[in-house]
Amino acid sequence: MIPGALLAIILFQATAGKTIAPIDLTGYWVSVITQDWRWRMVTPAKGDYQSIPITLEAKKAGDAWDPAKDEAAGEQCKAYGAPALMAIPTRLHITWEDDNTLRVDTDAGLQTRRFHFGNWEALNSSPTWQGSSVAEWQVPRTAQGTAPKSGALKVMTTNIRSGYLRKNGVPYSAQAKLTEYWDLSTESNADRWITITSSVEDSQYLRQPYITTLQFKKEADGTKWDPTPCSAR
Amino acid sequence: MRLIKGSAVLLVVLFLAVPAFAQLDLNGTWGARSNQDDMERGPGPDPVDYLGLPLNGEGRARALSFNYSMLSLQEYQCIYWSPFYIVSGPFGLRISSELDPVTANVIDWKIGGWVDRDVTTIWMDGRPHPSASAPHTFGGFTTGVWEGDTLTTYTTHMKASMIRRNGAPVSDRATMTMHISRHGDLLTIRALLEDPVYLSEAYVRSRTWQLDARGNLGNGVSSPCEPISELPRADTAVVIPHYLPGKNPFVNELTEKHNIPVDAVLGGAETMYPEFRKKLTGYVPPAICTRYCGCGNLGVPCIIDGSGIPK
Repeated sequence: MIPGALLAIILFQATAGKTIAPIDLTGYWVSVITQDWRWRMVTPAKGDYQSIPITLEAKKAGDAWDPAKDEAAGEQCKAYGAPALMAIPTRLHITWEDDNTLRVDTDAGLQTRRFHFGNWEALNSSPTWQGSSVAEWQVPRTAQGTAPKSGALKVMTTNIRSGYLRKNGVPYSAQAKLTEYWDLSTESNADRWITITSSVEDSQYLRQPYITTLQFKKEADGTKWDPTPCSAR
Repeated sequence: MRLIKGSAVLLVVLFLAVPAFAQLDLNGTWGARSNQDDMERGPGPDPVDYLGLPLNGEGRARALSFNYSMLSLQEYQCIYWSPFYIVSGPFGLRISSELDPVTANVIDWKIGGWVDRDVTTIWMDGRPHPSASAPHTFGGFTTGVWEGDTLTTYTTHMKASMIRRNGAPVSDRATMTMHISRHGDLLTIRALLEDPVYLSEAYVRSRTWQLDARGNLGNGVSSPCEPISELPRADTAVVIPHYLPGKNPFVNELTEKHNIPVDAVLGGAETMYPEFRKKLTGYVPPAICTRYCGCGNLGVPCIIDGSGIPK
């Protein structure tokens, strides 16, 4: 006979991601750009690597950045891959695509990320801008039989097509791994915020994990949703 | 079968071996890890760089009056930054807790001070905030409560200070809310500052640290400071360094160096949101980075400071 506490853990892990979601991330969210403004709201100068722990190989690649070449190759979305997307000034529309897939759409660059819960396994497919994301809820311990009412979302993304960490061509490679923690908090005035702690590991182009935090504020509806295609500049 | 049953029992024992409602342990030394705002946290922001700051008209006017020489006055040399500096300053954190000797409950968490920021004590014992007329301190008065695995804190009674090291002000009526969360060896703090005097909207910043067993952050108390006379004016001057309205010589510096319009440089809440980019359609990035390019330690010449010279 399996004790109740252990059974609860097993059931929690086996139940659909939507059913056991301890927090509600769905809705429209806007990125609030109070940090790194000059490197996010506009495209910085070629050769500006400030804050990113690049390798020499990354510097060589960044020094060769040519947005006209990217445009000619139809690769305007190189700065909209998963390791960089959440830093782009954008709005998010988060929905449950099905019981085990949390979908995140951005109006900037028209990108879609899918966070897969449960025993999902990525198809053996070519790398994509948004890669393959496996998600799990992280919840505090609660009394036996009590469902957690708070928690965070952990997302691990791999199989990402190589692209740019920043619009001025600072690269990440196809070996890059992205780990994110999505926290939800409510202020005293009822404003809701998502804080994303993001860590990109890439032994080719980064000397150490590239760690950033990004914040999004909840909006009442999608009236400010402004679909805009990728731009290489 | 016995092995499976034994393993299950062991798992349950391990699971129950800690208090059922234990909050996360924040104790330790946390090394600064955020790869953001290097210039602001390191050499300091450019003068009159209020990008993404929700300053109101009063806040902008006060900021534009700021003259760096003011910091050399004896009266200002030993002023600490506000507690909000936790999420904008350059250093790691030393966090410790104080336990009630009888109940072993946490009475307070302390975020250790830096050379230029006072200790932040987060009271967890339910005590109320002081009256509005109570004295304000550099560390402010902070209470905290656990919301799941997130420690939410609220700070009042801070002294007036700056929220960016280029004169952007914060008043002594400001309050700060922090949400402190830990994921493995990463600690993230998101801070929200509200100031009815100088800000038109809340100012939010976040930052991450990593548990660092080798971290050496001193004793976690703010440093003593002894003011000395640094300026020729010494004891005779009657002027506090400042700029009169319309006279700040640095207003166009960011525009000249980075092509960013003055409307953005002067900040305001609208500069925080994606739609502000529609007002930047004429922006063209500088052809090449010429200062603070962030490519040091690579073994090749690189522009790492404001000199514009590869080193």
